[in-house]
Amino acid sequence: MSLARATGLILAKELRVELRSRELLSTTLVFVLLVLVLFSFTFDPTAAEARRFGPGLLWLALLFAGSLMLQPSFVREQTNDTLSALRMAPIEPFAVLLGKLVANACYLFFVELILLPIFAALYNLAILPVLGRLLLVLLLGTIGLATTGTVFSAITAQARLRELLLPLLLFPIVAPLLIASSEATVGLLSTQPYLDRVWLVFLLVFDVVFLTAAWLFGEYIFEE
Amino acid sequence: MSTTGFSVQFANIEKRFGMRLALRGVSISISPGEFVALVGANGSGKTTLLRIAALLMRPSGGSIKIGGEDSETLPAIRARCGMVSHATLLYDELTAQENLQFFAKLYDLPHAYEICAAALERVGLSTRARDLVRTFSRGMRQRLSLARAMMTGPRLLLLDEPATGLDPEGQAWLGSEAARLHLEGCTILMSTHGRNEVQSAVTRAVRLDAGLVAEDSHEGGAIRDILSRSGPEE
Repeated sequence: MSLARATGLILAKELRVELRSRELLSTTLVFVLLVLVLFSFTFDPTAAEARRFGPGLLWLALLFAGSLMLQPSFVREQTNDTLSALRMAPIEPFAVLLGKLVANACYLFFVELILLPIFAALYNLAILPVLGRLLLVLLLGTIGLATTGTVFSAITAQARLRELLLPLLLFPIVAPLLIASSEATVGLLSTQPYLDRVWLVFLLVFDVVFLTAAWLFGEYIFEE
Repeated sequence: MSTTGFSVQFANIEKRFGMRLALRGVSISISPGEFVALVGANGSGKTTLLRIAALLMRPSGGSIKIGGEDSETLPAIRARCGMVSHATLLYDELTAQENLQFFAKLYDLPHAYEICAAALERVGLSTRARDLVRTFSRGMRQRLSLARAMMTGPRLLLLDEPATGLDPEGQAWLGSEAARLHLEGCTILMSTHGRNEVQSAVTRAVRLDAGLVAEDSHEGGAIRDILSRSGPEE
């Protein structure tokens, strides 16, 4: 079976399970909204401060949301040992990882789409003129976060202290991604919006490097 | 439907978890169509050996051949290996039909819908096909788990303490299904740590003790003796 078809099947299963349970989406959405509202009321930023610090707070909230959302990705498969059933199927192991990765990226991007207008309203930022470019930055950042998060979720799923281990492993790795995403977003939300190509290329390279690493080492991630 | 079961050769299998040696050079040669019960106390290495046979775990030493092939031909071998364990290997948030169809498609089975319907019919769950698995009783989940394992036409069926949590009626049903698969030619390797109805059709018993083969018999009386000493009734 081709990688694309196997990935599609896993993705469809993931989306169906999530649509039924709504565990990840509802908890993540509530959490990330709370964080943004709290940040907004705690800092009470001026227009200039909102443009400067808003993007960082947004990406920080997304990082917390991501670690919350990505944790159960593989833990779910342990409840009934369904990961063993997936591993026994005659498909490439990377298909399992890729299917989950795409599903996680979809969930995160969906949360961001809901969050964006609320973020703009809370921080009084004009996002409509730069919406297309902002969505591109969000997409690239989300792919990077979902890739690293899904891989580390798979690695830590069998650990005893997995809730602690995932952020410990994930945060240092995604720090450069977070900086690049925040800086690109700062440029887009400044008084004279611009998209810094350096950060955009950095995000692209980050995504490609980690996706390639996941593809190369995906087989070993599930080994017992 | 008759099939030719896979042979399984464990050659000097070792498995180490950190400092602990779970398997200490296990060598067992299983012929096609045998129904082998793997017994032993908790921690004797039964599940580890089964997971190695399922190609889910790589041994630390030794080699395994399934159907005469080394593990290089993984997808071809995996496509014809089924597993039923005390964990159901099913998604609670999917219906019985959706679970089977998902795995049928992963195994690239043609006419997935018809195959799933037939598998559900065989295990007596046709009327519950559209119900979520989380609404099923333990016995029904185990039936569905067996349906999932059977629908691919396995040449090697691995049963990891499949009777755990089943009532005597459920055990008898599982035993009769395992016997039927054995008659169809499927090789069956089953781990168990207590006497149960599923063992009725066993043709060979192997007892593991602390990661070593302590007893291995094909003879009826000896098999009963090994099974009777395997533990209390489940």
